[in-house]
Amino acid sequence: MAVIGRALLILGLAASLYGIGASIYGARSGRREWVDSGRRAVYALAGLIAAAFAILEAAFLRNDFSYNVVAQASSTTTPTLFKAAAIWSTQAGSLLLWILLLSVWSSVILFLTRRKLREVAPYATAVLLGFGAFFTSLTVFVHAAHPFTTTSSPPTEGAGLDPLLRHATMMIHPPMLYSGYTMLTIPFAFAVGALISGRTGAEWIQVTRRFALAAWLCLGIGIMLGARWSYTELGWGGYWAWDPVENAALMPWLLATAFIHSIMIQEKRGMLKTWNASLILGTGTMAIVGTFLVRSGILSSIHAFVSNSGLNIAFVALIGVMLFSSVGLVIWRREQLRSEARLDSLLSREAVFLFQNLLLVALALVIFWVTFFPLISQAITGTQVSVGPPAFRPFVVPLALIVVLLSGIGPIIAWRRVSLANLRRSFAFPAAAGLATLLVVLLAVGTGGSAFAIAMFTCGAFVLAAVGQEFWRGARARSAMSHEAPPVALAQLVRRNRRRYGGYIVHAGLAVLLIGVAASTSFQHSHYASLMPGQSARVDGYDVRYVRPTASATPAKISLGAVLRISKGGHHVATLGTRHELYPSQDASLGPIGRFFNGSDETRIGLRSGLERDIWTVVNPSLQPLQGLINQGNRVFTQAMLPAMRRAAALPPGQQQAALAPLWQARDRAIAELVGRYVTHPWPVTFLFIVSPLVMWLWIGALIVIAGALIALWPAPALARLRARSAAYAGRRLAREPA
Amino acid sequence: MEFLVVLAVLALVALFVTRPLWRSAGPRRESSPEPEQIAELEAAREAKYREIRDAELDRRTGKLSEQDYEAIDRALRAEAIEILRALDEARERVNGHAERLPSSRQ
Repeated sequence: MAVIGRALLILGLAASLYGIGASIYGARSGRREWVDSGRRAVYALAGLIAAAFAILEAAFLRNDFSYNVVAQASSTTTPTLFKAAAIWSTQAGSLLLWILLLSVWSSVILFLTRRKLREVAPYATAVLLGFGAFFTSLTVFVHAAHPFTTTSSPPTEGAGLDPLLRHATMMIHPPMLYSGYTMLTIPFAFAVGALISGRTGAEWIQVTRRFALAAWLCLGIGIMLGARWSYTELGWGGYWAWDPVENAALMPWLLATAFIHSIMIQEKRGMLKTWNASLILGTGTMAIVGTFLVRSGILSSIHAFVSNSGLNIAFVALIGVMLFSSVGLVIWRREQLRSEARLDSLLSREAVFLFQNLLLVALALVIFWVTFFPLISQAITGTQVSVGPPAFRPFVVPLALIVVLLSGIGPIIAWRRVSLANLRRSFAFPAAAGLATLLVVLLAVGTGGSAFAIAMFTCGAFVLAAVGQEFWRGARARSAMSHEAPPVALAQLVRRNRRRYGGYIVHAGLAVLLIGVAASTSFQHSHYASLMPGQSARVDGYDVRYVRPTASATPAKISLGAVLRISKGGHHVATLGTRHELYPSQDASLGPIGRFFNGSDETRIGLRSGLERDIWTVVNPSLQPLQGLINQGNRVFTQAMLPAMRRAAALPPGQQQAALAPLWQARDRAIAELVGRYVTHPWPVTFLFIVSPLVMWLWIGALIVIAGALIALWPAPALARLRARSAAYAGRRLAREPA
Repeated sequence: MEFLVVLAVLALVALFVTRPLWRSAGPRRESSPEPEQIAELEAAREAKYREIRDAELDRRTGKLSEQDYEAIDRALRAEAIEILRALDEARERVNGHAERLPSSRQ
């Protein structure tokens, strides 16, 4: 089947190259049949890659270790669901997923536009197939990215999935991020098509707007799932580390946020065409830069794949082509990109959007600069200067605060212009809510508290009050007109104006999320303690008692843990269990016993989550007290294994395993006894305890954002479409009458 | 066996992708910019209608004073009428072109 898999990739590459030629020829010659043929090449690419993906997925599920990627990332003991997801934990498998998502989303948009955008779509098809050809050629020509490389002497057992990736969020985190990245190539491709064909009006924006929003949503979900994974799996207690790969997803997300706001101005006013074209071309390029950062390993990251020079050169070339052709296209079409209107007033929603756009782009540029600073410093001074989270904060925090404030101002200010009296009326309640929150926070924590947290609480309250006021006023106006009950009026208001009110919900969710971030980072208490069973530590008023150690051992993993009792003022709060799990290494040089203690490891945190605060615990037991016994076990079993294996080798193959079974049973018993000493002869164990306020609101805020985005994405109700059509007929009659 | 499977897939893909070429291998058609212009104007018209509705909602929710609303609404309706006129002209050009086509072939 590997041969068929490879052939499918080569056919996919051929279909992509043919489709590029057919689409461009069809566009230049005006022959629709060639354009249709080019579009079908995208559908064919999707079908071929889906079949190749299915072949590889089947190899993972049936433990076919003759495939190198399966042997690298799976094992017979890996749970089935994780086996299914293990495909994208490898460089080659994740590239295949990237192409699959790209070709599927491209097929969807091209099917939807098959009778629209007749001049733009063929060029967009060529660009999308260009991405398809690029990524497919990596899987065909770059050795490290071959998904179907096989070996004639497969191992009996695979290395297994990295324990850190055995987490529910890892099943959907990569597909979400890749969906975001690949969907961002769609508005990019249509922008290129619009610029080449000279059709720079509102139509391509109307058609691809939903994809830009879907890309933003998928990227956002991917970022939040990554944050959740970091919080519950990595054992350091945080959810965001300003890691290069995290930033790689955040930068296009910020630019996409700017774009989905600024295209509204182009749609409504015919303004900012140059800005929007540049922004989406920049966002698409940034999505590829993000993909490059994950795959290249050029910047040190826990999330990146191993560096490969072949891939790196190809990606740098692609980014260069995207960058220079984008700049060239915008300069070439600068006349057609001239604005059709001018800003009426600085007191208007357009002006707020524009300011917000500038801030978001500045934020993305700052993050880009600091993320790439180690490479820049290496290029200039020859030494790679590493920068950490503190380098981001002085720039990111003030910019983020202003963006949050603007997300409250935007909803309460009208398009075009607004009078000062109306502005005062609209601002009164949100401003009062913000000031009241400021006073309450200052009274509660004093002026010595974190300025960032206090400012974020104030801005967050302003945004929530502004959004609440919008819903209240809208529902009241609708209720007065239609005589509906207020809840019905509210539901109908949202249903009829999904883009507007879905967007407001997103703003409210973002405010809630950032309030959670500000509180949990500024008022967090953490404490390292080395405890024996029965001993206690104190953190933020909570007593944490190490009740007893726990241990278990199987051939698949060793688990060393602790049961903790949390109390406050003598009252029981929670009983938490935390574990450190060790997975066996396949490296025989570590010894027959030692390899079970020195492979990959992961932590299972003990977490008590609540609306007010999270109590987060993790155990990190030292293996030093067992090291002498592990070394002794290595010596004993090495001496026993050599003659036993020689004797077994002389037997027929069917009897060899049975002959060695008593030896493996003895080894497993020895490991179980060693692990048991952790309970019977306990030694001091290191713990990290963290008490963070309002972390839960970060996740609740993210869910609100997702809900709002889904409302904004949902198609308009059929009735509204019908009314829009009747309005069009009425409008046409109106146009025929003298003005 | 694998070779035959690959060959069959190749044939299927080639047939599927090139089907439009076999179906309509007719003479080259001159592309007309009018349908594209109509689509763009229709998009602009939809955006303008949305803008009119948004302005009305802004008035009802108290974000716009009556005076501001009337001025904005008047401007928006004038812009909408401009778009509708341009749309009708583009459609008439397309219809005229379509009506002339059979007579020119006779």
